[in-house]
Amino acid sequence: MRDRSRSLFPVLIVSADVMLTVFLHAYMGGVKAVLIHSAAHYNTGHVRVMTRAYAAEADQSPIDLAMLGIDTLVSGLRRSHPELLWTPRIGFGGLLDIPDENGETREQAPVAGMAVSLLSPNSPEWKVLDIGKAIVRGSLPQKPGDLLVADELAEKLHLKPGETATLISSTMYGGMTTANFTLAGTVRFGISALDRGAVIADLADIQQALDMQNGAGEILGFFPDDLYHEDRADLITAEFNSCYADSKDPFSPVMGTLRSQSGLSDLLDYMGFFSVFIVGIFVAAMSIVLWNAGLTGSLRRYGEIGVRLAVGEDKGHVYRSMLAEALMIGAAGSIFGTAIGLAISYYLQVKGIDIGSVMENSNLMLTNVIRAQVTPFTYAIGFFPGVLASFFGTAAAGAGIYRRQTSQLFKELEA
Amino acid sequence: MKRILRLIVMVPVAAFWAQTPSGDEILKKVDLNMFSENKVVTAGMVIHGRRGSRSVEAKSWQRGTTDAFTEYLAPARDRGTKMLKLVNQLWTYTPSTDRIIMISGHMLRQSVMGSDLSYEDMMEDPRLENLYSVKVSAEENVNGRGCWVCDLTAKREDIAYFSRKIWVDRERFVVLKENLYAKSGRLLKTLDVREVAQVQGRWVAKSVLYKDVLKEGEGTEFLVKSIVFDAAVPDYLFSKASLRK
Repeated sequence: MRDRSRSLFPVLIVSADVMLTVFLHAYMGGVKAVLIHSAAHYNTGHVRVMTRAYAAEADQSPIDLAMLGIDTLVSGLRRSHPELLWTPRIGFGGLLDIPDENGETREQAPVAGMAVSLLSPNSPEWKVLDIGKAIVRGSLPQKPGDLLVADELAEKLHLKPGETATLISSTMYGGMTTANFTLAGTVRFGISALDRGAVIADLADIQQALDMQNGAGEILGFFPDDLYHEDRADLITAEFNSCYADSKDPFSPVMGTLRSQSGLSDLLDYMGFFSVFIVGIFVAAMSIVLWNAGLTGSLRRYGEIGVRLAVGEDKGHVYRSMLAEALMIGAAGSIFGTAIGLAISYYLQVKGIDIGSVMENSNLMLTNVIRAQVTPFTYAIGFFPGVLASFFGTAAAGAGIYRRQTSQLFKELEA
Repeated sequence: MKRILRLIVMVPVAAFWAQTPSGDEILKKVDLNMFSENKVVTAGMVIHGRRGSRSVEAKSWQRGTTDAFTEYLAPARDRGTKMLKLVNQLWTYTPSTDRIIMISGHMLRQSVMGSDLSYEDMMEDPRLENLYSVKVSAEENVNGRGCWVCDLTAKREDIAYFSRKIWVDRERFVVLKENLYAKSGRLLKTLDVREVAQVQGRWVAKSVLYKDVLKEGEGTEFLVKSIVFDAAVPDYLFSKASLRK
């Protein structure tokens, strides 16, 4: 420990690399978790049932291709898969028109709407969308005809709770339709794509307005623990789809998983690959640096090793003592690096990074605050590579010990 | 010999051109056949969508070629919905909301009651000679009737369909078939006249199949149930106040 070049420098290198590995793993995990959470809650559910025709154009929420007779389908799903919470939704677009005192248009803006079961006390949507927490002004919808509007949009339209707003949209048969709503409250979800122009209405009101009685664009299924269980979702989807495999009807239902929809499959694969790639790069870089440090150390300790060999110390013993030293340095650096990496990750897990300014014009269903996610694996991700890289780096660098000739040692030392 | 051959080729061509009125003359006659100062039309639409067919019925009071007041009579959901067109402005009124809403911008491209017709189609000056320059390109038979085939090209940029090809009945000067194209040359809509009837001395298309080729479905049948030319149309209808009455 007295020779800092033998201990402090390698410990610092291992610490820095382990810290970065731990932090990047936690951060990438956090981004992935936020992406899955946002996609599930505001878009795809953990599994989603649509008509085949709708599924082909799901990004556009084509209500003309929506499902009809959903009561039967939802009760069938609740019977066959009670382990999931099932809830129908309608995604719709249109204009929100605010009248003046004469009933003429005062303000107008395009909106992206979501119709969910708002008025049923047992609706899973209260938990899924966490609407209670999202309320900024006014109150939760309590009666038919109540509407929630994104706070930013309500401000822009000078719309206050209790005032009337007219939705101008298209029926599922393509005709223009208008419906009056009362603004119950304004909401902010912390998702730019929603906060820019979202409206949320009760499913029954929108079914009536869009002429789609007992219809819905999609039926979402959620695991009660709010976690996406990919294997179980795949099984449920395969089982459901096998019942309709022979159907040629474009309006027969089809189920998809969160991963298989909205391009999330590629994104999640890419993120998984990127996460492994980043960690791999750091481990490889750490090994090379430590190997190099080991070589430098061996050169600096050329004389010391020579003396130890000259006085008769066994080559294997010298080599093993260096490896033991490397393990200690690796362990110390890894513990230190993991501790710092975890501390930063925990801080970001609580505070998060606000990327709202970047997401301002984005249509991605992603919360504006990205948080790191510390899992049990985060504790180990940097530790073992840190110890092993240090160990293998020294093992490679120290192999030169076996090439030293005892007969030449005194000559070398004299020189 | 060469002279004889030239004569053989030239005679039918010359004969065709000698019998063919100019494009402008044809359009003028088509327009004259269709338009009167005022008219009242009761018409139905059968909309053949991907999920089945729906029927809509409406009564329309038209003043000249610029103003129209329309009230929907069926189905029950749309009964009482009214539309007012004054020159280049369009308003709609629905009794359930008691709101008069102006349709403008991209909303004009929306379908009328889910049919293959858009509000933009309704807004256009129906007099073809005002909008298009025309060239007679051929003579063809449509449903057993001899027709002039006319190629129409928009005179201005702000017209919904840059070009049209129309098949005009040579004797009755009624359009029997029509293709509507975008500026790129892409076919957007087709019209096939299935029934023609004489009303007050004019030949009128009483059943037309409109097809938006960019839309799924079997098109929209437009059926004229009654039409009265030069009818008495009260001026009070053509005000926003009349929408709420």
